[in-house]
Amino acid sequence: MTEPVQATPTPIEALADKGPLEPPRSQWKDVWDQFRKHKGAMFGGGFLLFITLAVLLGPFIWQVDAQKLDIRNKDLRPIWTALWDSGAKVAWHRPFGTDQLGRDQLAQIIQGGRTSMAVGWAAMVLSLIIGTSVGVMAGFVKKADGLLMRLTDLFLSLPILPLLLVAVTLFRQPLREAFGPEGGMFVLIVGIIAITSWMPTARIVRGDILALKEREFILAARSIGTTPFRIVQRHLLPNVLSPIMVSATLGLATAIITESALSFLGVGFPSDFPTWGKMLADAVQRMQQFPERVYLPGIAISLTVLSVNYLGDGLRDALDPRIRGR
Amino acid sequence: MLTFAVRRLVLAVPTLLFISFVIFMLLQLAPGDPMAQVPLTVPAEVKEKMRQALGVGEPALVQYWKWLVQVFWIEPKVFIDYLTNSSTLLGWLPDTQLYQGELRVISWQTRSPVMDIVIQRIPQTLWVVGMAYVVGILIALPIGIYSAYRQYSVFDQSGTFITMIGFSIPPFFTGPLLIVIFSVQLGWFPSIYDTTHVVNDWASLKFQLQQMILPVMVLALQTTAQISRYMRASMLDNLNQDYVRTARAKGLSEAVVVTVHVLRNSMIPVITVIALNVPSIFGGAIITENVFKVNGIGQLLITALFANDLPMVMTLTFIFAVLIVLFNLIADILYGLLDPRIRYD
Repeated sequence: MTEPVQATPTPIEALADKGPLEPPRSQWKDVWDQFRKHKGAMFGGGFLLFITLAVLLGPFIWQVDAQKLDIRNKDLRPIWTALWDSGAKVAWHRPFGTDQLGRDQLAQIIQGGRTSMAVGWAAMVLSLIIGTSVGVMAGFVKKADGLLMRLTDLFLSLPILPLLLVAVTLFRQPLREAFGPEGGMFVLIVGIIAITSWMPTARIVRGDILALKEREFILAARSIGTTPFRIVQRHLLPNVLSPIMVSATLGLATAIITESALSFLGVGFPSDFPTWGKMLADAVQRMQQFPERVYLPGIAISLTVLSVNYLGDGLRDALDPRIRGR
Repeated sequence: MLTFAVRRLVLAVPTLLFISFVIFMLLQLAPGDPMAQVPLTVPAEVKEKMRQALGVGEPALVQYWKWLVQVFWIEPKVFIDYLTNSSTLLGWLPDTQLYQGELRVISWQTRSPVMDIVIQRIPQTLWVVGMAYVVGILIALPIGIYSAYRQYSVFDQSGTFITMIGFSIPPFFTGPLLIVIFSVQLGWFPSIYDTTHVVNDWASLKFQLQQMILPVMVLALQTTAQISRYMRASMLDNLNQDYVRTARAKGLSEAVVVTVHVLRNSMIPVITVIALNVPSIFGGAIITENVFKVNGIGQLLITALFANDLPMVMTLTFIFAVLIVLFNLIADILYGLLDPRIRYD
């Protein structure tokens, strides 16, 4: 007859912890710590936040109508021109100057930024949704894989910019009639940017899903009777989140540039509706007299895209577990 | 390797056919009418005949079939005739008379064969785009190599920053920026590319180079940014490998280790990226050509689009698609040729 074992054995003194433990570190805290080390990424993220807030809240602070024609105050230079040229036409109530029709440049920059950012975000989200669903379908459903990947290859060999130009010029009229001049153009540009840019995301997601679905935790999930849809939702998607986030930043940058390029080539939004690309294109004719009208929207586009690219760089480093913690 | 190349080449044909079909059907939806400019006094039946002459009256599938025949059968015949009759390269061959006056792809703007116009425009595009690509690669490779070799040095940090900027500034901003600085303020280079300029002596050659500098710089900035990033990443992958330590341990000089051992291995992915990027450079040249008024094929596409010249748009878009498929194929084959670890069969 042996002694019954005590329900709670006395702990061994030497193995006891000294003092309270640190709270456990989550994955996202590690990611954030690594991300904070990347100065460019912090700066990029900060600037992106700033410009997003500026175009969102700007119209409430700077309450000038971007479309209002003020022909008496046309062709004003920005206020800082007065620093080196005392004879320049400047006015304090028009700090960024006005264009040839007297429209306020600051209000136009804010309004144009709203359009450019809205197009960028919407196109990026839409292309991520298409790319992720195609990638998950191709990786998870074996029957669909061949067909979907052929489709991706086919889309990759389409000439993107010529096709964008063709599509915009062709579908402008019907969509304008359906959604109004601005709304139709928005739907059209967002739609075709998304349709022509989902392929890299789909490829990356498919590759990751193919590797993940052979792992033991998926087998375990399947063995307890998890439905395929729940497996994708609970086990696969969270694990492919990091490549999706990196391609999201790249997608945002290309979407902003593509929209501006279309506006620059004169196939974008209607002429009285400011976007950064449109402002730049309109100013090129008179850039000898008024170079700031080219600089301001150009710098806005470039800084936004630069900050998004740096953000993507930092995210890639932070989300890669091989680099993290070094 | 050869079987792989042949298989890919055969597979490229249905891809291209499908792409051309998609583009053709997309263009069928175009709202414009090529007869819109014809005066109202012209009777309806004459208009119908003109429509037939332009090849618009028939069903879409018949039109597509005729376009295919024209591009893949009649245009090559014209080209072979040109080669054997009047080109300097193959002019010694006996003259062929393959082309018997069949209808070619006709532009609705000029009512002349599309291919003739494309052939006129291609040299300008090739000069500017090709030169920009070569210049960009020549700048990018040393930058990439050196920044990887001295990782995290001042040179590397500033190089990464500059390539990031080159990545982010779109060509439609750098173009006007360079024009303002170099042709308006400094007056060094012309802001418009003069295509009619003929090079026949040193002075005209100098002018030709001057007018090429700005567009080449704009395009080369983009190329440099991309290629030098790839070069740096690829060099970094290889610099920490065991064979590099072995090479150093053998007592090879640092220059030999970097330029012979590491560089040769790092060039494999970079060369495929260079091949893959050629078509996208042609696409990007559409904007640059527009900024500097180079009348190359990009500018031709834009004007054709605005003039609703569908046969021209169709043929040009198809040419871009052919370029993409072709250079994808070249990149795959190069990868197999250069890297003995890759086996396709």
